[in-house]
Amino acid sequence: MSKLKYEGPVIKKMNAGLMNKFGTRTEYQPVKHIEGVAVKDMIAKYGSPLFVLSERQMRNNYQAALRAFKTRYPKVQFAWSYKTHYNNAVCNVYHQEGSWAEVVSGFEYHKALKNGVPGNKIIFNGPDKSIDELNEAIKNDSLIHIDHFDELYALIELSDNLSKKPRVAIRVNMDTGIYPMWDRFGFNYENGTAWNAITKIVASGKLNLVGLHCHIGTYMLAPWAYAIAASKLCDLAWHSKNQLNNPIQYLDLGGGFPSANTLKGAYLPGSDTVPHIEEFAEAISSTIISYGFKPDELPLLILESGRALIDDAGYLLGSVLANKRLSDGRRATIMDFGVNILFTSFWYDHKISPAQDFTHHSEDQVLYGPLCMNIDVVRESVNLPVLNKGDQVVVHKVGAYNMTQWMQFIAMRPNVIMIDMKGENHVIRQKETLQYMEMLEETPQHLKDFKL
Amino acid sequence: MKLKKNIATSESGFVFNPSSGDSFSLNTIGAEILLQMKESKSSEEIKKDILNRYDVDKSLLEKDWDDFMSQLRDNNLLEF
Repeated sequence: MSKLKYEGPVIKKMNAGLMNKFGTRTEYQPVKHIEGVAVKDMIAKYGSPLFVLSERQMRNNYQAALRAFKTRYPKVQFAWSYKTHYNNAVCNVYHQEGSWAEVVSGFEYHKALKNGVPGNKIIFNGPDKSIDELNEAIKNDSLIHIDHFDELYALIELSDNLSKKPRVAIRVNMDTGIYPMWDRFGFNYENGTAWNAITKIVASGKLNLVGLHCHIGTYMLAPWAYAIAASKLCDLAWHSKNQLNNPIQYLDLGGGFPSANTLKGAYLPGSDTVPHIEEFAEAISSTIISYGFKPDELPLLILESGRALIDDAGYLLGSVLANKRLSDGRRATIMDFGVNILFTSFWYDHKISPAQDFTHHSEDQVLYGPLCMNIDVVRESVNLPVLNKGDQVVVHKVGAYNMTQWMQFIAMRPNVIMIDMKGENHVIRQKETLQYMEMLEETPQHLKDFKL
Repeated sequence: MKLKKNIATSESGFVFNPSSGDSFSLNTIGAEILLQMKESKSSEEIKKDILNRYDVDKSLLEKDWDDFMSQLRDNNLLEF
């Protein structure tokens, strides 16, 4: 006779105090499969922890976002935000769907070129572009988004002897009623700096001002803020055409649309509070359309969304290393993944599901990562079923930023796989090895030997 | 490890301490342990029974046992 499934004994005091009307427990079903592929099979084959990306979900998200905007505005172009996830396989999913590339460094710029994105479909953002990189972007006819006056003057100088004018836009920062106001990037709208930059570009006669760009924040929960931003960009575009005779070809509203993750400190889960992308599309599109442009003069609308297109397509699979009880009686579960690879656990209370059957008994617990560092806390307080050593879990919505902001700290980074449209797995980034980590290190001759 | 005499337990895992008024819920295995403790079975007997019936190795059970006993003690359910 086979033995019964074991779960450690648990006792829980029943409190008759204030009830949380939303309940405390969130996990009712184990997540044993992702896109039809068994979690335990993936861990057995590729190790734990393991990042898993769903190609289907990425494409679905992209198509839904594109549809939300295209049904409201005639000319829409998405540009994949490389910093959100610049693994080549991931970028190419979005490029296959029709996305241009939006990059913020020379490193990302070259990645986009190497992926095969035509130079004139790369948007080069950010405050750090070297003279060499600017020259290359000019040569490739890329869209250079100017961040500061030093860059503007450098571009005017570089364009001195060119026959063809570089295509540029300026990044505009503005008050949209959102705090904090991101005024560190670009030129301010309210104090006139943005208009000053526009007039300088047009007056120079050496640059072709084709666009206006803004990016008002990240994980924005207020669609109306985008309406304010769109209106201010329209105002600049309107004056650029009518006062300077320089029509603006595109407005780039940036990104910042949220995913359904739950921000730390939020009372309700993100899935209940985050506005749908359609609401952002409505706010932006209706503002530009109603501004007064002639139908054939409506600017192209560019969007640089990253997080909203990929976050829920990413999963992190992991295993329980150990359990212990803290001095105050709380249960602590130590996982084999920590803040080194799950950087977003600094911002989000990630949803975590057990990957095997469990009973209805649960316990409040702290989830720690494996690092010998006090900051390595994945969830400060989460109500989960009792997990035994070796049990597996699935962390949801980890597709954005984790695989670019992860740290090679204490431990090496794990395999990343993608499940394709047919349910086949592909390793898209191999786990790191000691040899790989030491590839760039050099030990001087006199430090090669020692006796202990 | 002896359970206090006045502690009321049910087969479904409900525990009541009449002297403090506290009530508790247990999962299946916790309820089984408490019922056997109430029958004055020794720790070794109870552990042996669990090892026979459940898919668990001895070291994990030992660790969970110690943790469970410390929780019972913290909740004032054990005799000193």
